[in-house]
Amino acid sequence: MSASMPIFDTLQERLAPTAGSGLVSHGILVFALPPDALLPTVRQLRDEHGFDVFLDVTAVDWIEQVPRFEVVYHFYSTAHKVRVRLKTRVAEADPGVDSLTPLYGSAAFMERECHDMYGIRFRGNADLRPILLYEGFVGHPLRKDYPKQQEQPLVPYRS
Amino acid sequence: MYARTVPIVPASREKDGAFEYLTTRKDELIGWARKFSIFPYPFVTACCAMEFMAVSASPYDTDRFGAALPRFSPRQADLLMVVGTVTHKQAPILLKVYEQMCEPKWVMAFGVCATSGGFYQNYAALPGIDKVIPVDIYIPGCPPRPEMVIDGIMQLQDKIAGSRHLIVNDKI
Amino acid sequence: MDAPFRPIANPVRSIYEQTLREDSVVVNIGPSHPATHGTVQIIAELDGERVLRSDIHCGYLHRGFEKECEDHTWHNLIPYVDRLNYVSALINDFAYCAAVEELMGVQITPRCRYLRTLLSEYSRLVDHITCLAAGLMELGAMTAFLYLVMIRDYMYEHLAALTGARVTYTYGRIGGLARDLPAGWLARMEEILVQYEEFVARVHALVDRNRIFIDRMRNVGVISTAEALSYGYTGVILRSTGVPRDLRKDTPYLAYAELDFDVPVGIKGDNYDRYFVRMREMDESVYMMRQLAQMLPEGPINVDDRRCSFPEKHLVYTEIESLINHFKLVMDGPAVPAGEAYVAHESPNGELGFYLVSTGGGTPYKVHCRAPSFVHMGGVHLMLNGGQLADIVPTFGSINMIGGECDR
Repeated sequence: MSASMPIFDTLQERLAPTAGSGLVSHGILVFALPPDALLPTVRQLRDEHGFDVFLDVTAVDWIEQVPRFEVVYHFYSTAHKVRVRLKTRVAEADPGVDSLTPLYGSAAFMERECHDMYGIRFRGNADLRPILLYEGFVGHPLRKDYPKQQEQPLVPYRS
Repeated sequence: MYARTVPIVPASREKDGAFEYLTTRKDELIGWARKFSIFPYPFVTACCAMEFMAVSASPYDTDRFGAALPRFSPRQADLLMVVGTVTHKQAPILLKVYEQMCEPKWVMAFGVCATSGGFYQNYAALPGIDKVIPVDIYIPGCPPRPEMVIDGIMQLQDKIAGSRHLIVNDKI
Repeated sequence: MDAPFRPIANPVRSIYEQTLREDSVVVNIGPSHPATHGTVQIIAELDGERVLRSDIHCGYLHRGFEKECEDHTWHNLIPYVDRLNYVSALINDFAYCAAVEELMGVQITPRCRYLRTLLSEYSRLVDHITCLAAGLMELGAMTAFLYLVMIRDYMYEHLAALTGARVTYTYGRIGGLARDLPAGWLARMEEILVQYEEFVARVHALVDRNRIFIDRMRNVGVISTAEALSYGYTGVILRSTGVPRDLRKDTPYLAYAELDFDVPVGIKGDNYDRYFVRMREMDESVYMMRQLAQMLPEGPINVDDRRCSFPEKHLVYTEIESLINHFKLVMDGPAVPAGEAYVAHESPNGELGFYLVSTGGGTPYKVHCRAPSFVHMGGVHLMLNGGQLADIVPTFGSINMIGGECDR
């Protein structure tokens, strides 16, 4: 996986208007884009460039930076056998991005997990119930200001 | 908070009188029968399930203890084997299954996660199932070797054999 | 009872407020259920025995892996990584170590590379054996379960001779492995593989052309290629639909580029195809292990890089530099430069990826595991809807959902 893969050059050229310039980091082409450019860029990746597998969505909590959350997406193309990473930044006050559920079926569960853990709201995903946590859990545990050992037991402890 | 309705009472040491002789013999007989016909309910969650599968199959067989046939309905089981980590999300289910079991029942905490939470000391894992249900035998290990599990089952069998089995009323 | 009655809390909310038909029944399956492999709850709406729609709830084994990782050094979290896909623990170790090595820019030694490949294939063998044994047992084929678990037990004891543990090994290290092979290990491996082939031949004879097995598994739990790709399926499930995608061939890592192996694919994407793809993949793994046992070069196991490799014990006790190196590695952890990396390996379930974010220093800023089981859970309803209630059991077994990986 070297930086001079022709598909990376094509992508950098074609996605420059919506996504800005990308750079290759550890074998993956990474784009940092504003939240509004996310859905059109992903649509372009899927339809024109054959990125048919949506691998992962997660977030990183940069607690001392503004905007606070960085939502990270990974895509894989079974035809070109390469990966692409998209990163956007959202603020703490309104941590919302567009949901990818219209484009990929796997987005449903993965966005629920990201919402559970970080509180990122995915506009367009109708079902953001807790998936790894439970009904009644207050807070988002993977945020840096959630103490690791703060338990919220559902069953009161005996004696 | 939660108390057993029929407590397991260890056998007392006094053996004077013909009546006590008969009840002791009754306890021994019922203890022998109960310890060799354990119906486990495998409440399986995590990695310890691999060792549970290994201990139920050859070469470590639980069938030679009479404890091979799992009963997947709590109404029909008497040993609740909690195998693996119990999280806070799973704890209500554990309590519900325990309460549905009929007396006499025993609980085995299989693995360190069930015993004390293991090395998951965080917001998600229950720090030991004895926070919600009473436990009779703890088997540490991550996961425990099958020999340890068999040792645990044998110690539980000793406990069952040596306890008083009150079958008629709360004295006999 | 003296204590006042307090109802037990319900951890999930069902979305089936309104049933599709007047006479359909909403049934709860799990999460303490033998066939849902411990910790998955399926709330299914049934019309008689037919599943109209199903709602999968996982998360009952969420143990806070990612939060724990932020508190431990890069080395100390290898045991946590082990317990993700606990049936093939070595592959998790090696995928995580490869991600850290990518971030640090560390090249592992040739012997380590071949040995990691051999042990990855060994783990793949153990995983497929466990999946098939559990799946067949749930269909009622106890004999196949007993044969497969017996051979798996030999493999566990064999791996315990190498790593010290039967199930969760904690054997991978950043820059290498914990220890080298003991004497006679490869000879014993060949004995086990010969016995494995005999046992698996018996399972093939019992199950492959069994009328009942074919009736229960053929055309059950079907998923099409387009749906599989859209729902993020990789690994055996994608290959069972006919797509020959395998990270070991497409983006070779470790020593896979030098090995000769095939990638088996299915035709219809049903349960029978998944069963057969797993059986064939086990044969391919055995073939690869035999090739690797011949190819294994001599040399050191750990790379000679004091940023991540522990110094020899006798040096730690005699030289002050080694002592300080050891101390810093244990107390602060290896200093990984700031940056992020995503490295994926082909686990028996599919693409297992680790996304690491480092801000320099010995503890990670974020560790995220892209778990194939979790992504697969998102599309299980496609395989269950329209089928019978009794088909949920073999379909769920053929997906090989591992709770530790799904819920992390």
